[in-house]
Amino acid sequence: MKLECKQVWEHILEYLDQQLTPEVRAEIEKHLENCEACSAILDSTRNVLILTADNRTYELPVGYSKRLHDRLEMVLREKPDSGNTSGD
Amino acid sequence: MQEDRQHEAELIRRILGGEADLFHELIRPYEKMVYVTIFTILRNETEAEDAAQEVMINAFRHLKSFRGDSKFSTWLITIAMNEGRQRLRKIKRAAEDSLEDTIEEPEGDFTPAFLTDWREIPLEALERKELRQKLRQAVETLPKIYREVFVLRDLQEMNQEETAAALGISIPAAKVRLHRARMMLQKTLVPYLKENTPARKSFFGRLFQ
Repeated sequence: MKLECKQVWEHILEYLDQQLTPEVRAEIEKHLENCEACSAILDSTRNVLILTADNRTYELPVGYSKRLHDRLEMVLREKPDSGNTSGD
Repeated sequence: MQEDRQHEAELIRRILGGEADLFHELIRPYEKMVYVTIFTILRNETEAEDAAQEVMINAFRHLKSFRGDSKFSTWLITIAMNEGRQRLRKIKRAAEDSLEDTIEEPEGDFTPAFLTDWREIPLEALERKELRQKLRQAVETLPKIYREVFVLRDLQEMNQEETAAALGISIPAAKVRLHRARMMLQKTLVPYLKENTPARKSFFGRLFQ
């Protein structure tokens, strides 16, 4: 079986998340060796994911933590009740 | 990891036993996670901060309903996602703009951006404010159904099952949405990254190889 570029793109997610069977993975790797475009698409997608997920990309507003804990402090005087729904 | 979970379980037990102050300690590692999740959905700092506070308050009030069969972080993020979705609906209703919600599974062009001479953008590039902003903007412009999956899977690193459960969708649906989200981001960001980061310039290019 010879994969076409379009088929390779469809497998990008499983490839990056390592969910492919060894056979399909080997097919894709064979394709990547000879296809500069697909290699670039794959590498750039991985790169984009690493950059977006980096801790520096999203910043907390200045003073966020203090305001959060100050507000919580008022609530913590209450006793936790037998609440039920929000997280289930 | 296991130790963290045990420590958390112990904290939760003591909080429920009356040592409410320990709740500060319990949630400290998750402050940013909750904020980023909600911010990604709402795309507004002030609203996201208020919502994040509400999430923590709700988590405290309903702590007893946390069963411990999932991770505490997963439980918390599910509350955060629900709060974000609820507020977004309210905002949308107010603006009478629910167009985005009606786009369930748009068919369209999900081909990636083509390029041949891709060079990895180094993490140091994140020191630049414009780059961080561009990355956030790209995520913000994803349609809601893709943003939701993306934030849970790729920003908060929840697994497929947890993500699907938190969003109330099937695992295959979560997978399709994540794939599209990633392709859209690749398409938006890669041409920008290539144009606007030093790695592209042949003069500097070698430095990053």
